[in-house]
Amino acid sequence: MESILSFCFAVMITPLLPTVIQKVKAYIGGRQGPPLLIRYYTMIKLFRKGSVYSTSTSFVFKLGPVVGFVTSLMLLFFFPMAGIEPIFSFHGDVLILFYLMGLGRFFTILAALDTASPFEGMGAAREAFFATLAEVTIFGILILFYRLTGSLSFNEFFSGNHVINLMGEYGALLILVVVALYIVMLTENSRVPVDDPATHLELTMIHEVMILDHSGPDLALIEMGAWFKLLFYSAFLSMLINPFHADNVLLNGLIFYAVVTFIYITIGVVESVTARYKMNVVAKFILMPFILVFFVIILTMGVIQ
Amino acid sequence: MDNLLKISNGQRIDRKNIPHIPFETLRQELVLFANKGGNIVQFFAYEDKGQSKLLAVLRNKQNDTLYVTGCDVDNSFASLTIENEKFHMFEREIAEQYGLKPDGHPWLKLVRYHANYSRKPDVFANNYNHDIPGNYPYFTVEGEAVHEVAVGPVHAGIIEPGHFRFQCVGEIVFHLEIQLGYQHRSVETLMQSVPAKRLPIIAEAIAGDTTIGHNLCLCQAIESLADLPVDEGAHIVRTIALELERLANLIGDLGALSHDVAFNPPSEYFGRIRGEYLNLSQVLCGSRFGRGLVRPGGVTHVMGDEQIKLLSEKMAELTPEVVHVNDMIFSAPSVDARFTHTGTVSYENAEKIGLVGYAGRACGLAYDARVSFPTECYADLPAYENEKTNGDVCSRATVRREEIMHSMDLINTLLKRRVEAEIYRPKEYQLAPDSFVVTINEGWRGEVSHCLLTDDAGKILRYKVKDPSFHNWTGLALSLRDEEISDFPLCNKSFNLSYCGFDL
Repeated sequence: MESILSFCFAVMITPLLPTVIQKVKAYIGGRQGPPLLIRYYTMIKLFRKGSVYSTSTSFVFKLGPVVGFVTSLMLLFFFPMAGIEPIFSFHGDVLILFYLMGLGRFFTILAALDTASPFEGMGAAREAFFATLAEVTIFGILILFYRLTGSLSFNEFFSGNHVINLMGEYGALLILVVVALYIVMLTENSRVPVDDPATHLELTMIHEVMILDHSGPDLALIEMGAWFKLLFYSAFLSMLINPFHADNVLLNGLIFYAVVTFIYITIGVVESVTARYKMNVVAKFILMPFILVFFVIILTMGVIQ
Repeated sequence: MDNLLKISNGQRIDRKNIPHIPFETLRQELVLFANKGGNIVQFFAYEDKGQSKLLAVLRNKQNDTLYVTGCDVDNSFASLTIENEKFHMFEREIAEQYGLKPDGHPWLKLVRYHANYSRKPDVFANNYNHDIPGNYPYFTVEGEAVHEVAVGPVHAGIIEPGHFRFQCVGEIVFHLEIQLGYQHRSVETLMQSVPAKRLPIIAEAIAGDTTIGHNLCLCQAIESLADLPVDEGAHIVRTIALELERLANLIGDLGALSHDVAFNPPSEYFGRIRGEYLNLSQVLCGSRFGRGLVRPGGVTHVMGDEQIKLLSEKMAELTPEVVHVNDMIFSAPSVDARFTHTGTVSYENAEKIGLVGYAGRACGLAYDARVSFPTECYADLPAYENEKTNGDVCSRATVRREEIMHSMDLINTLLKRRVEAEIYRPKEYQLAPDSFVVTINEGWRGEVSHCLLTDDAGKILRYKVKDPSFHNWTGLALSLRDEEISDFPLCNKSFNLSYCGFDL
């Protein structure tokens, strides 16, 4: 029961959180920003619209948004929000989840290529390249967590005796992991300084350019998929850094979402104080967290032996 | 130098005094002049009593003298571009406007897309029944990893229409071809046909962001040909208006540049501050874009004590804000990393194609029409010199920053002069017959130049407009060579050229 409620709450709150980033950016830029519920309105608007399909596209183009949405939604099925047991969990689910995300991306890329637009092909190539680089770090982190907990399941990472947390056993090492994961989050969710989600310049886009041709409900699904993904990453991060653990489920949840919101705020701040990197620097930037994680893995080897 | 007549900016010249030499001599003279580092201000064709003629206005390397010369020309002539690249766009324009073919031109393509004015056979084999661009041979690169990206003419947002073709290998651009003409309104022929009182209104609309710049060129030309006096107060108002236009646009540009690299706070602040300067234009003349202010013989709005007070107060209030936001942009390392070494145009290339304005100054071409050929109040105002001349986005941004500070100084200086303009009364005027005048002003984007020829009845025989974008679009194409395609929007913004000013 708790699991289902927690899942529903997570789904309901996702559209609110990205607006926090926008609000922070607006505040730093001296503006008011959009209303907090803007994304709910946008969703309602998009779902009431029809979709426009180019005659040059095939069924793959329609499949892209659906697969993307479903795979992102599944992340929430498996992730223990606020430490509450997720709906599904089994040994090795992390591997499946990250590959599900890969599957979603694969279909988004296919859909982009399906339009035969030179822009979208360019975006697809960039997305595939940068995502591949980010994957190295992710699996570095998973290897590390496996070494620490002997498990490959989100639920087991964050419950039981060996909870992975900054305050826990290997806290000092985790600082580096948190930094690495933060950079991966920025990359995977096409945030500044890797990508600029707010730009209108097709030639500089990475992720946004791939979805230029999607409209109406399709676009809504893609957007929601993106929010779930961002929520997943920030939830992952906040489980790592959240130092408090209350016995009350509600209080626990409240603290958890406060930490999540804090992470969103930091994204807003990062986006306000840095410019986007040049495309040829982005690859180096994405590989940097792998070096951190690799270093941590080496350290744990020494600690354990 | 009997083949070239020395003239000054805005000076009325009898057409019979303009050297009229054989084409071959003109060709040699012009090529020699350009090879010595001289630049082309105007080079265009016109028809007089059934005879096609060419006319060239030149500016020497030291940027202190203007020359004019002309000749008769046949339906085709030996291209000058083969000898020197500076003639490249001008010759294409001549071919399009009057059906005169420059033989041997290496890049003979449409400039805009319209039938020629002289009803000669079309040089480009177009019949103009099809939509633009008609018969346009795009440059293509072939090879396994080569791909072509075509952008526009319809763009996201509110950008004007223009078509860009990139020949890329992966992310790297080999070549960018810019094809314009979507906004062609035939401004030049319009200027030759409308009643005199509509002239300033059309001039103001040549390029919406260079209202004052273009209109000043027109009004100075008419004042010169009709011998209309302009009082000191009006000169001051005109100069302030031109500088306000510069301020608003350059500040908008810097904001847009930082927006393009996703560095948002400065772009938001500058967006607002740009509006404040536009509002100052409104204080000056009732229009945020300076429309309806400059008219032949004076200015329509007198700047009284109240306006001076409003302007001075606002200037004093905005100056520290501008300084602060500028510091914010130029002190951010991530912005610096994006700006530096991006979109570089070498001094050699800039010199070859004759870049003007901030784009030229960023490459080390110090030419500033306000200094070289001062009009209005510029003769007794201080000049400035930019130091950063690497030719990249960073240099173009830095030049803007310095020009902004300089402009503010100029306005503050002028506001202290307190000479009230005379009240404007529209006068009937008659243009001197058989005359020629060229006017040059430093618009915010660079050298704006108009050229006016009258026939024996004092009617406008040929009206020639040149926006700085006419030179600088080629610069943008060059800046993209071997650059990443993802940096195109940034390079484009750093030039921020006018589409309608080019398309005329």
